[in-house]
Amino acid sequence: MEKKKILISGNEAIAEGALQAGCTFYAGYPITPQNELIAYMAKHMPKKGVFIQAESEPAAINMVYGAAAAGARSMTSSSSPGISLMQEGISYIAGSRLPAVIVNIMRGGPGLGNIAPAQSDYFQATRGGGHGDYHLIVLAPGSVQEAYDLTQTSFDLADKYRVPVMILGDGILGQMMEPVRLSAKKIKANTFKGWALTGCQGRKPNIVKSFFLREGALEEFNLKLQKNYELIRKKEERYEGLFLSDAKVILVAYGTMARIAKSVISQLRSAGKKVGLIRPISLWPFPQEPFNLKNKKIKYLVVEMSYGQMLEDVKLAVCGRQRIEFLGRSGGGVPSQEEMINKIKKIL
Amino acid sequence: MTERVIIAGSGGQGVMLLGKVIAEAAMRQNKQVTYLPAYGPEVRGGTSHCMVTISDREIGSPYVTKADSLIILNNPSLERFKSKVKDDGLLILNSSLAKTDAYLKVKILQFPFTDIAVKLGNIKVANMVALGCYLEAKKIIKSQNILEVFKFMAPAGNPKILEVNEAALREGGKLFHG
Repeated sequence: MEKKKILISGNEAIAEGALQAGCTFYAGYPITPQNELIAYMAKHMPKKGVFIQAESEPAAINMVYGAAAAGARSMTSSSSPGISLMQEGISYIAGSRLPAVIVNIMRGGPGLGNIAPAQSDYFQATRGGGHGDYHLIVLAPGSVQEAYDLTQTSFDLADKYRVPVMILGDGILGQMMEPVRLSAKKIKANTFKGWALTGCQGRKPNIVKSFFLREGALEEFNLKLQKNYELIRKKEERYEGLFLSDAKVILVAYGTMARIAKSVISQLRSAGKKVGLIRPISLWPFPQEPFNLKNKKIKYLVVEMSYGQMLEDVKLAVCGRQRIEFLGRSGGGVPSQEEMINKIKKIL
Repeated sequence: MTERVIIAGSGGQGVMLLGKVIAEAAMRQNKQVTYLPAYGPEVRGGTSHCMVTISDREIGSPYVTKADSLIILNNPSLERFKSKVKDDGLLILNSSLAKTDAYLKVKILQFPFTDIAVKLGNIKVANMVALGCYLEAKKIIKSQNILEVFKFMAPAGNPKILEVNEAALREGGKLFHG
């Protein structure tokens, strides 16, 4: 049966995806370029759920912390400076082993920066962001449809591994409208959370905390976290590969940059140039498998709306086997098709 | 087939709405489509623009560097975007508020969309007069689909508003045929 197709923005698609996934708690504070997301949540959160416009970003993330502890599928969203403000709370959520979904529709930085699209929060997103040895699962949609689908996946992953999941997009992805096929995905009946704080009448109390004073307790806990991250690394790598079997130059780009890279590839392929693409969809865990190519003559070209952040993960994955080139702009600059083509022609 | 359009005008002229109407209609024709609005601090009186790409294939970049068609509703927008159209492209220009005779390679259709809208009784439909002209010039989107989009976007709307938009679309189409 043909599913219903609607024209919506990336921000709205993430909000709709969250509601479809059974998100019943949202707290956020407005900031461009993700305002349509909070507006959509305000309008469409069902009566049994809770929508709160918090007084600040630290308040929003701590409300999410509380709702997640109570077992609700919880979400917040913001853009770069607001996400920086949330880092303490995100670290506490990771340290309390709670599932939550955090959306960052990135804008230019550092500081208050500007509202132009950017990818300069990659380090912050993939290295944890706050204090302590923790990771978020980080997913980077490349289209409005994927933003919708991956939001639903995020809630499942967050519950499955009891970790916060971040959806990392940029201003273009948030603002752009595209047709989206809505899927009537059956929610896994808000999977039973035995650890949640739901009132302990008739059972032993549950404790949710990130504070471990007893000697050795924090190390024990950290080892558990690391075991969980190891499992996620093994199971949750996601990427899209294009023309990897014969490519001489492989572009590596995520999100909106991968869209522009695809335009470049179709143009160069029709001129007979052997160009391919690796588009990481999970930024943490960073996909290792597609970089496992034997041919030493292959060259990689990493393209980002930053001055080389994902570049470091590509270097770790390639491990010195092949040459890696870089093209990046930031602070409102978006590498153009022409700039990419010129760079590729130089290295081909 | 890939059609890249930049639509620009003054804040308040319905530039974003025009782009959304085209995108929504393209989707109804089972085309791939992207709509990218400028989301800066646009204000009424300033310039405002959006970019629409329609294709039979997967669309890469939603950002339009060289447009097949420009729909321009005022002079500051013309100055800003005139270099963004392909040499063999199309420029649809609102001659009520902007004029040009400069580009020989570009096909220019200039008509007083704002004046026509005033005659129709609602200055706000200048964008839909321009749309009617574009539809006839390019024949990518069927006007029947645009009419359906009007109804979809304003389901509980004032029927008179719907009528004047439909009239604007027809007038725009007539302009192209002379």
